Amino acid sequence: MLQFSFWDILSNLLIATQWTIVLSLIAFFCGGIVGLILLFMRTSKIAALEWFTKIYIEFFQGTPLLMQLFLFFFGIALFGFEVSPWAAATLALTFWTSAFLTEIWRGCVEAIPKGQWEASSSLALSYIEQMRYVILPQASRIAVAPTVGFSVQVIKGTALASIIGFVELTKAGTMLNNATFRPFLVYSLVALIYFCLCFPLSWWAKKIEGRLNVAR
Amino acid sequence: MSYKLQFAELLPYWNVLLYGLAFTIVLTVVSTVAGIAVGTAGAAARTFGPGWLGRVVAVYVELIRNTPFIVQLFFIFFGLPALGLKLSETTAAFLAMVINLGAYSTEIIRAGIEAVPKGHIEAGLSLAMSKWEVLRHVVLNQAFRKIYPALSSQIIIVMLGSAVVSQISAEDLTYAANFVASRNFRNFEVYLLAALAYLLLALLTRSLLRALGRVIFKAR
Amino acid sequence: MSLVSIRDVRKSFGTNEVLKGVSLDIAKGDVVAIIGRSGSGKSTLLRCINGLETYQSGSIVADGIEVAGAATNLRELRRHVGMVFQQFNLFPHLTAAENVMLAPTVVNKVSKAEARATAAEVLAKVGLSEKMDAYPSELSGGQQQRVAIARSLAMRPKVLLCDEITSALDPELVNEVLRVVEQLAREGMTLILVTHEMRFARDVGTKLVFMHHGKVHEEGVPKEVFAAPRTPELQQFVGQVG
Ligand SMILES: Nc1ncnc2c1ncn2[C@@H]1O[C@H](COP(=O)(O)OP(=O)(O)O)[C@@H](O)[C@H]1O
Ligand SMILES: [Mg+2]
Repeated sequence: MLQFSFWDILSNLLIATQWTIVLSLIAFFCGGIVGLILLFMRTSKIAALEWFTKIYIEFFQGTPLLMQLFLFFFGIALFGFEVSPWAAATLALTFWTSAFLTEIWRGCVEAIPKGQWEASSSLALSYIEQMRYVILPQASRIAVAPTVGFSVQVIKGTALASIIGFVELTKAGTMLNNATFRPFLVYSLVALIYFCLCFPLSWWAKKIEGRLNVAR
Repeated sequence: MSYKLQFAELLPYWNVLLYGLAFTIVLTVVSTVAGIAVGTAGAAARTFGPGWLGRVVAVYVELIRNTPFIVQLFFIFFGLPALGLKLSETTAAFLAMVINLGAYSTEIIRAGIEAVPKGHIEAGLSLAMSKWEVLRHVVLNQAFRKIYPALSSQIIIVMLGSAVVSQISAEDLTYAANFVASRNFRNFEVYLLAALAYLLLALLTRSLLRALGRVIFKAR
Repeated sequence: MSLVSIRDVRKSFGTNEVLKGVSLDIAKGDVVAIIGRSGSGKSTLLRCINGLETYQSGSIVADGIEVAGAATNLRELRRHVGMVFQQFNLFPHLTAAENVMLAPTVVNKVSKAEARATAAEVLAKVGLSEKMDAYPSELSGGQQQRVAIARSLAMRPKVLLCDEITSALDPELVNEVLRVVEQLAREGMTLILVTHEMRFARDVGTKLVFMHHGKVHEEGVPKEVFAAPRTPELQQFVGQVG
């Protein structure tokens, strides 16, 4: 039987960590783009668009991420496509992320005083222009902290991709555990690596938030 | 699309799914109550307790908040037996949930406590109340009122997160869905149904908590 | 024998010495008005008397209890030394009566019924019998401050400390609070008041204390001190405020 040293375990976990990071980045950025589009729809004052986003958000915030992964994984197959855990994980995490980011950002947009909308519309700016030039520049300032904070949730969310067979940090941990029978060591290391990824972001988010509160 | 969704094939398994749903509900209720108790104690320790205890609690909170729930669950279920602590699937699931919600609610409740004006605490102290009496009668009530919405959202997030306990074979709704899927191979239908059940549960929990909040905090 | 005896108290926040050797004797029934510029240490002195702040040297004895940091039986001390704050600090989740009843039930283990009777009595004294079941948010500032006074009175304190209790009030609400304090003074309650109401200090006070840079700069009978301030600092202060 193959023998694994501590360093073998650690290096294998770190290699898998790359995939956790890649998946997190893709989910976060794609989710951010989708989220921004949804944000425009959600605040558009066009009833149909608002309703669509509301239901979208309700679904992705009101069901387990794990279920979403399953649905994408098996849903893609229904269309006769080859199912890859990679595609299912990317799609599910993107949509899930976008729903949360939209809600976070909507809160920031709504924190901007009504007078800003009124002043900008009295300058004949269109809705898109109001958002682009007046509202978003102000809202983005207060959005940074909760957005960074949510990136931690995205990283932790990618751990669920392991369940549909995507080999990232958690899946690697499970595989190494099966090979080495050293669950305490393996899962401690897995937890530690996640902590090293997430804690700096949590800390940074808190710092920005604190600074904003002082500034106000 | 040639595929036809066939929900009828789920019918024979209704009792399995219902059992899973009940398990998820009980798991959520129990871990909510216990988790908030842990969170209250943790928050009290961080704000009113001795410094060393506050630091211990802070480490607990950060460790939990910065690692995925599934890893916490695996650590408890697979890792702890290596230290001689063998837990059943169900016990491990409940324990992981309580520990998880405990950490989040510690942080939420702490924020609520810190939002209580210092003057109220001093007023309580100057009325000869002890620190703990002030905490109990003056601070916590106000703090909970303030953070109730945040705590409610967290409860729902944790409820949805509980789907993961199926991975250690704790028999929750997701486990039931997996089981049914493995029998009739109607994966998509089963998971869609389960997802909708979770959605319904989330909506129900939200309105229930809202109503409960109105009753508890009716006084203004 | 004095009810509160303050001997050469020194208190610093870090390197900032705020009380630089304060001594005061307060007898039963005294109404002490403490005046002085903002930052002269008035609040800090008051807070030291009931143990909300600790001090570095000197001694404070209130009602026979030495106020000395962690060793003090603060609970016993505070049962006899009440305090009313500038910002009222009513508990917003409790009604006026519940605010008043809290300490008697929690600290003195008095029954709810008895506490309610006490609350009715002290709230009547401050003229708020009809507001027993109102929440603080339903009361004006002056009413809130009177509830706060009643809340302290329910513990039957031997001394009442009042820190600028009318400073947060709209001018038209100041008098209703001052009248309550005047009534207490007439009934013989020992009061230590930090105040900017010079006329009130002169008419109601039995003793005037002018604090300046963390020291008792001048003290005496209010009418005499106001009529003829000895130090240029008090002259200037009275000139500005009066
Ligand atoms: N908690 C504190 N920490 C640091 N400095 C303080 C604190 N409280 C008061 N001080 C300082 O002590 C001095 C006296 O304050 P205070 O007793 O409130 O004055 P007053 O009530 O006469 O206006 C001020 O310079 C103030 O800045
Ligand atoms: Mg002051």
